[in-house]
Amino acid sequence: MEILIFGSLIDIIGKNHLQIKAPVDTVNLKALLIQQYPGLETARFFLALNKTMIQDKQPLKEGDVVALMPAFSGG
Amino acid sequence: MNNYNRYIRQMILPGFGLTAQEKLGNTKLLLVGMGGLGCPALQYLVAAGVGQIGIVDPDLVSESNLHRQILFGQADIGQSKVAVAEKLMHLQDPNIQIQTHQTYLDRQNVFGLMEGYDLVIDATDNFASKYILNDAAAILGIPLVYGAVTRFQGQVSVFHLADEHGVSYQYRDLFPDEPLNDLGNSCERMGVLGVLPGIIGSLQAAEAIKIITGIGKPLVGRLYTHDLLETSSYEIAILKKDLLEPLTKEAFLATLLSDELDEIDIQEISVDQFLDLKNKGQIFVLDVRERHEYPPIDFSDALIPLSELAIKMEQLPQREICVICHQGIRSVYAAQQIQAKKAVKTYSLKGGLTAYFNKMSR
Repeated sequence: MEILIFGSLIDIIGKNHLQIKAPVDTVNLKALLIQQYPGLETARFFLALNKTMIQDKQPLKEGDVVALMPAFSGG
Repeated sequence: MNNYNRYIRQMILPGFGLTAQEKLGNTKLLLVGMGGLGCPALQYLVAAGVGQIGIVDPDLVSESNLHRQILFGQADIGQSKVAVAEKLMHLQDPNIQIQTHQTYLDRQNVFGLMEGYDLVIDATDNFASKYILNDAAAILGIPLVYGAVTRFQGQVSVFHLADEHGVSYQYRDLFPDEPLNDLGNSCERMGVLGVLPGIIGSLQAAEAIKIITGIGKPLVGRLYTHDLLETSSYEIAILKKDLLEPLTKEAFLATLLSDELDEIDIQEISVDQFLDLKNKGQIFVLDVRERHEYPPIDFSDALIPLSELAIKMEQLPQREICVICHQGIRSVYAAQQIQAKKAVKTYSLKGGLTAYFNKMSR
């Protein structure tokens, strides 16, 4: 599956996309990412699965695209 | 009699015509922020024939603004942004009505500024202003065109405007809580290529024109992100948070900004000092944990979760208060709010209930 990274999160992860093996669900994905990129733990962002925002746990499968979207505040 | 020849190239567009042009002319629009987003938005809105525009910005033009705020020139450095913008827009169209407000936006002045406007554009550059505009627009029911940039990416969406199903969205659907400390990815700190806010500010003007005239499909329920390096865009369907309660004007005004609160020193007391004051009957003990938090305690005088404190402040007595929470962090913040609002001596239990139970179990 593909992870798209936006805004200030690109600084934390070091690139704007990742290709990984799909974890079972989005909660697992988030935990996995925080473990690998600890800077994410304090970052404010939401997840979008296949271009729709999610709030709770959603199952994941190969081929899914998850976007990590932080808050932007510049003007 | 209006000079419609000026607008003839847009009036001949399908679905536009005199009706849409008159709608623009009759609109009062408030543009908050005269920076990288606000400058291009203002220029296109004036040129399109929006009748009355209010502009809000406290700042003076500085040299490092010029690479992205291309309304301004070398000779404007040190001048008020709103005053320069007003002067230049009168050159563009002598009939335009501009109201200038050289001021910071805050909770006290936002209603006065927004009153009477049909539409607001958020061209600000900090989280505090974005939450103030969102909340005030929610309370007043005024559509808000949101925009923001960071480095090479920018975003646009439309809040507080109902879609074809009658559903409207807001900034708090994306990020429910305002950060306590504005970690701010400002252009000053993060850097920005000048053309990016030009693109995003122009998109905001386009959304405003679409909303006013009723043409096309505005970005309601959609967060649009533009990436300048990839020349790509990504659109996310916003999920409405059903649990968000409508905010009242009273609660809004009761919430102080975090930077005002930071200045209030709160005395943090040890468990021993706490027990001493409590036994003397000197303090009212307030638990600010959320209702689901464990364990419940029997030695507090009241439980008001921090999330409800602003609207329930009047339930507190006018006497010395000690605030407690799980770790002693939220309680400091709550104590600052109480001291600011009620001007009573307020303490925070250092280390919170964790420290309390540690002490008791010894």
